Amino acid sequence: MTESTGTADVDGVAAAESGEGVRRRDFINIAAVGAAGVGGVVTLLPLVSQMAPSKDVLAESSTELDVSAIQPGQAVKAVFRKQPVFVRNLTAKEIEEANAVDVGSLRDPQTLAERTKEGHENWLITMGVCTHLGCVPLGAGEGENKGEFGGYFCPCHGSHYDTAARIRKGPAPLNLQVPEYEFTSDTVVKIG
Amino acid sequence: MSFPWANQYEPQNPLMKWVDDRLPLPRFVYNAIGAGYPVPRNLNYFWNFGVLAGFCLVLQIVTGVVLAMHYAPNALVAFDSTEHIMRDVNWGWMLRYAHANGASAFFVVVYLHIFRGFFYGSYKAPREMVWLMGVVIFLLMMATAFMGYVLPWGQMSFWGAKVITGLFGAIPLVGEPLQIWLLGGFAPDNAALNRFFSLHFLLPFVIAGVVILHIWALHIPGSSNPTGVEVKGESDTIPFHPYYTAKDGFGLGVFLFLYCAMLFFLPNALGHPDNYIPANPMSTPAHIVPEWYFWPFYAILRAFTADFFFIPAKLMGVIAMFGSILVWFFLPWLDTSPVRSGHYRPLFRKFFWFGLIPAMAVLFYCGGAPAEEPFVMMSQLATAYYFLHFLVILPIVASVERPEPLPYSITEAVLGSDDNAELKAAS
Repeated sequence: MTESTGTADVDGVAAAESGEGVRRRDFINIAAVGAAGVGGVVTLLPLVSQMAPSKDVLAESSTELDVSAIQPGQAVKAVFRKQPVFVRNLTAKEIEEANAVDVGSLRDPQTLAERTKEGHENWLITMGVCTHLGCVPLGAGEGENKGEFGGYFCPCHGSHYDTAARIRKGPAPLNLQVPEYEFTSDTVVKIG
Repeated sequence: MSFPWANQYEPQNPLMKWVDDRLPLPRFVYNAIGAGYPVPRNLNYFWNFGVLAGFCLVLQIVTGVVLAMHYAPNALVAFDSTEHIMRDVNWGWMLRYAHANGASAFFVVVYLHIFRGFFYGSYKAPREMVWLMGVVIFLLMMATAFMGYVLPWGQMSFWGAKVITGLFGAIPLVGEPLQIWLLGGFAPDNAALNRFFSLHFLLPFVIAGVVILHIWALHIPGSSNPTGVEVKGESDTIPFHPYYTAKDGFGLGVFLFLYCAMLFFLPNALGHPDNYIPANPMSTPAHIVPEWYFWPFYAILRAFTADFFFIPAKLMGVIAMFGSILVWFFLPWLDTSPVRSGHYRPLFRKFFWFGLIPAMAVLFYCGGAPAEEPFVMMSQLATAYYFLHFLVILPIVASVERPEPLPYSITEAVLGSDDNAELKAAS
């Protein structure tokens, strides 16, 4: 190329400067392209990060709920991170049923005690999101189908959850997820 | 087309050969901005601004698409969603400042690109089509920038939209219905905001399309150069890559340095504080001016204060403002001098540096100043010179001027001698 364009023979000059092998020009070339490349990749960071939840979405990421009005056997649907959460006041019978199950036989082995808070064993708080494909299961509302095990039933693909909201039958792989929560008083629960 | 001595694309491996036989896109890139495009060897840094303008277009599209993921074009929430971007979205402040200052950077770069064309006669045959496409791009840019500035729905957004659409109201007979049709109402509101957002998203891609035509037209005769002498032989050119990719890369580095300085340290320096006040149709800001890149044209608009025979002053201002850019479409046929470069045109150079450039500087200054004396008078004189320069002075200069002797070739201009010239003289 150099001889046919009539320009200075830069390759020859550089080769003469440094002898054989690596030329000084190579160093400049690699340093410049390397720095520009790193800069270009770093520029992608804001472009990727902007798609993550914004600060106002994160600020809405906890929910406080007064549970004093929920009678044993009742459940309510609350909203946590734009998704339904079920808060259920279990009856003594339902607790008994849940504890009677052989944990080893479960698809996702967990005891009721592991899924509730100490001192509040009657409060079952789970996400209302089926672990199969994300539908909202029935059973929290008055008169809804609670499925074969008296807990929740997902109408989309027929998953049955028991009174501890553990998966017992159907395609869902896991128990209904228990969100992070704490009782800030005897009657107020803070989810998230 | 290219010069016969251009490097030919050769696929480096069987996969690239397979691709080349079916979709020769790598070959296309190689011939457009790679080693396959022979470029005059004497280009100076004024030839960087085409590539920089292309970079700005990409920058604006990337940041703009991202901003559109968070912005809501509804008059009730547009202002709030802009603040949401500034406060809540990760890196939102930076992306919005990058977009707003990117618009200014785009205009800086394009104005220098146009300046280069004016001085070096880049618009002359056989590159008229390159120039015409360029003027089209500039008009599209102005429309896009104007509509983008409306989107945050602040005070300046609202009143800018009102004033600019008001220009169309100056047209006789159809003006007022046209203005109402453009806005979809009697004043800027949700309908206008929505259509501005839609068009603001669309037009950059139209610009990208015209840029392809611009470059296509350029590659027929090849790039011009500071001497204005056409390429005569192989020794006049060097391949675009690596020589001009390196030179443009350096220019891009300098550009990014200045751009980032604005972005991170003076992000609001070119904006108006009033635009952080939500749009209020009941109250006009005291001092309403467009963005800096519209100042020269805004000054021309305001220069007409008296009726011109039967034409009302308002209409005359609108005609002059659009005419000041439309006259560029006729530039290749107004400047009839066969010599391209201002370097070899002593008389042209005097009128360029001491006429056109000061007139544009005055218009720029007056466009940002309040509409009162002495700025109105200054705008009027500068406007008069501006049109005189293009319509009268350029054709006369072209016919009476005695250009300085041109070098035989680019090679001779660079090296002081050209073997081909000696051979030719001997024969």
